[in-house]
Parts: sequence; C-alpha cells; structure tokens
Amino acid sequence: MITLPSRGLPAAWRVSGGRIGAGILIAIVLIAVVGPHFLPDPAAQPDIIAGPTPPGPGHLFGTDELNRDILARVVGGARISLLVALLAVALSITVGAVVGLAAGYMGGWIDIVLMRLVDAALAIPRLFVLLLLLAVWEKISLVAFIVAIGATGWFATSRLVRSEVLRLRGEPFVLAARSLGASRRRIAFRHLLPNTLGPIVVTATLGVGHVILLEAGLSFLGLGGVRPPTPSWGRMILDAKPVLETAPWAGLFPGLAIIVTVLAANLVGEALRTYFDPQHA
Amino acid sequence: MVRWLASRTAQAAATFVVAVVLMFFLMRLSPGDPLARLVGDRQVSAAELASLRTRFGLDQPLLGQFRAFVGGVAQGDLGASIAYYPTSVSELIVARLPATLLLGGTVLIINFTVGIVIGVWQARHRGSAGDRWLSIVSLTAFALPSFWLGLILAWLFGIHWRLLPAAGMTTPALDPGAGLLPRALDVARHLVLPAATLCIITIAVTIRHQRSAMIETLTADYVRTAQAKGLSERAVVWRHAWRNAMFPLLTLFGLWLPVLVTGSVFVESVFNWPGLGSLAAEAILNRDYPLVMGTALLVAGAVVAGTWVSDVLHVALDPRVRV
Repeated sequence: MITLPSRGLPAAWRVSGGRIGAGILIAIVLIAVVGPHFLPDPAAQPDIIAGPTPPGPGHLFGTDELNRDILARVVGGARISLLVALLAVALSITVGAVVGLAAGYMGGWIDIVLMRLVDAALAIPRLFVLLLLLAVWEKISLVAFIVAIGATGWFATSRLVRSEVLRLRGEPFVLAARSLGASRRRIAFRHLLPNTLGPIVVTATLGVGHVILLEAGLSFLGLGGVRPPTPSWGRMILDAKPVLETAPWAGLFPGLAIIVTVLAANLVGEALRTYFDPQHA
Repeated sequence: MVRWLASRTAQAAATFVVAVVLMFFLMRLSPGDPLARLVGDRQVSAAELASLRTRFGLDQPLLGQFRAFVGGVAQGDLGASIAYYPTSVSELIVARLPATLLLGGTVLIINFTVGIVIGVWQARHRGSAGDRWLSIVSLTAFALPSFWLGLILAWLFGIHWRLLPAAGMTTPALDPGAGLLPRALDVARHLVLPAATLCIITIAVTIRHQRSAMIETLTADYVRTAQAKGLSERAVVWRHAWRNAMFPLLTLFGLWLPVLVTGSVFVESVFNWPGLGSLAAEAILNRDYPLVMGTALLVAGAVVAGTWVSDVLHVALDPRVRV
C-alpha cells in the first residue's frame, strides 16, 4: 500500500502544483530584486493634484490617492514582504528546532517545562501575541519587527520536531551511534536533527505564506516595522480603504500580489509534503 | 472518566493561567508608553501625566502591577479602558459580544454543514476533475487576506452593484417603530457580506480536514464489508464511513476557534461590524492596552475552552477512546 518516495527532489518537482509554485516564486524574487531598477521611485508623486488615475499606459496598475505608481509600490512591497517572511521564518524554524530537539532528546523536567510553556503560548493566537507586543510599541524598527514575528512562530515547530525526535530516539541507528560512544550533542545534531529535516522544510515553506499574510494583516491594522512611504502590501490596502469608491484598483493589486505569492509558497509546501509524507497527500 | 475529566480540566486551567502570565509580560516588556497615544500631541504637564500613571496603576513596580492584574482577572475585572475611560473593559466586551456571536455562529453553522458536504463529496470522487478543482480553490482560499476579500466584496456588492449594505449591523435610518421581522431582515442583510467573507476564508480548513479523514475511512475494511452486504450508497457513506470521519472534525473545532476570532478582527473592522473583532482593531488604533489585553484574554480563554470541549466530546462520543 505504502509507496516510498524515490530519492532526490525530482519527486516533489514532478507534482505539477509544486513546479508551478516554484516557478512563480522564482519569478517573484527576480522581479523584487531587479524590478525597482526599471520602475519609478515608489514614493514619487509626479502630479499630486491629479489624485488617483485608473490603470492604463504610463501607469500599468494606475496610481494611488497620492498619485504614486501602484506597480512600483507593489514591486517595492514584494521586497519587504519576502525579506520579512524569509528572515522571520528562518528565525522561528531555528528556535523551534532547537527547543524541540532539547525537549525531545533531554526529556525530564526540561521537556515538561518547555512543553507547558509552548502549550500556553499556543493558546494565544499568533496575531494576538503580536498585537500585545506591538500595540504600544510605536517606533519599532524593521529588524525588531522581523524578530518579533520570528519569535512568535516557533511553538508549533518545536512540538513537531519534539515528536519526530521522540519517534527517532529508539531507532536502531541512534542506538548504534550511542553504543559507538557518540556524545549526546553529536547524536542530537548529527543523527536526530538531519532526520527531522523533511517536516521542518515543509513547515518552513508553508510558514513563508503564513508570515506574508500575517505581515500584511499587521500593516493593515497600522502596526509593524514598515513605515510610509516605504511600500508594504497590507498598508497599501489600508490606504486604499478610504478611496474604495473612487479608486478601487488601489487596493486590488496589492491584494492580488499577496494571493499569488502566498499561493505559490503553499503550492511548493504541499508538493514537499507529498514528497516527504506520501500517505497524507 | 471523572478522574480524566478532572485532570483534563485542571490542565486547561493551568494552560490558561500560564497564557495569562505570558500575555502580561509580553505587553509590559514591549518598549513603548501605553499613555503615549492618549497624551498624543497635547500639552500635558508633568503633574497631569503622573496622575494619569497613578490612575492606570503604571506608577507601581512591575510585580505590583502584575499582582493587581492577576487579582483583577481572577475577579473578572479587567480594569478600565484608556480610550473610553471610565468605562470598564468588561463592560465594553459584554456590549460587543452579541454581534460577534451572531457572526461567528452563522459562519460556524455554514462551515460545518457546507464544509462537510463538500469534503465528503471530494473524498468520494477523489482524483476526479471536480476534486482537483475544489482542491485548487481551497488552496487559493488559504492565500486570501480576509481584509482584502472583505474590501473587494464590499466594493462589488455594496458600492458597484448596490445590492447589500457594506457596513454596520443595522440601518440607522430604519423606522424605530418597525416590527421584529423588518429589524431581523435588516440585520440579516447586513450579515451577508461579513459572514460570506469569513466563510470563504475559513471553510477551506473544514473541507480539507473532512476530505482527508473521509478518504481514510472510505478505504477501511468495514466500509467494503458494508458495500458487499449490498447497503445503499448513502448508508455506506454517511452511516458507516462518515461516522468515523466525524471525529477529526471535533479536533478541528478547537483549532477553528482562533481562526474565526483572528479572522474576524479584520473582517469586522472592514465591515464596521460592532463585535469584538472591531473592538480589538479599535483598541489597537487607540493604543488602548487594557482593552487589547481584555480581548486577547478572551481569545485565549476561548481557545483553551475550545480544545477542552473538543477533547471531552471526543471521549464522550467515540466509543473507541477509553479513559
């Protein structure tokens, strides 16, 4: 019944959704990196009295209420979104892996204390953890913002890594390593951690999409480390809200950018999940 | 059973207590002055500022503030709101609760009926064109920012086509002497767009859980036995397979509450729905930290209670689970 995946990434690549998702993600990264060199300054206001202009030649996505080019702002927003998502996810995955490894491998009271704390933290939705942290923190820097998002995203990862470690702990290869005299640290980092990489990679990929939505949501509430006039997708949608009647395109394009990016990341995550865990495809 | 229930309840209580402690320190360790927004650009004398600090207990040492906070929470007193001073946080929350329950309840019912039907259909037609399309649609729904979808629907149905009200819960111009039915219809019309937005965002979770649970039970031996006995398709699917594919949905109930609550922060504020979500968004905007704390406390309580309820239902309904 259970078919084992053939080795190597090609199996994930063969899932067509993953291929499409990866292609879109690469395209978005390229656009975010080189795009701004070919586009007007996202903060420029060529004709402030003109107000918003609908999409058309000159301004492919139109301009917003301050007559700024929306295409340039969407591309600029991609830079911020990807930067925040990649760094925050890297942080939360690292912390989650270390905590999960410590709890699962050391066991005892370390495990009990860590997992009680994680359970309690999981009881507060991540959005609210961040709301509590950011509500009175007005002048937060981008770095602190990224650290805050990363520091609130590792709870579920640590639980996942812990359960993987508990499952692997009794496996023959770990017993063999121990009987060969490998140190605890060596067993943890050289034998246990590499074997939990599959689920970690899946969580990380799905986490990227999640953090992009989260960052957009916080910016939409007027919070976060991205301050105008630096463009951020969530903030653009917030700014578009009052001019919804006269310039609906101002909010349309940043939203579409969020959807395409998150969907692409999720497609890659799903394909990786199919690859690492074919039973739950 | 009684012992299990007692220990599960104690565990839930402990989780909530630790969550409350975490929340307090999260908020107080954040570098920022809770009174900054209240004072704003106004000229405030040092004496006035000091009296404000005393009023909100901010002049106390951190441990003293913590003791006062925990003592207050234990008595159901969440302190006074800063923006609505002297109205208490609990009063504000109680006033906003009915609207959120109406919206959340509607979405819950639609999710767990439509979501189950679609998930079961997909599992039965696994791999078909319809299944693949629905999977793509739910994957896209996962990528939708709720506030954006809300704005687009508000623009389309409220502004462009003028079919439905795009803001609020009642029509202010409605005749105050109107009967119960016109009033209910008015609220229902206002309910359509926020409920639809929240449903679209959250139903994909139900569908996917139901689909994978159902796929698992449909391949079980007892389902093949039921088919071999010549039972009708409907009896096999719903009475035999679904009965067992229902339990993962109970777990989902606990997971689902936070999704609904965090989703409604955005959706309620987009549609100016007078519930807890828009109250939380307002509190954020005003930097009204006691109110932010109050709503967060309520959400954490709901999450803990949700997982507790789903665990208890699991034990009560699933004869295979023994405690």
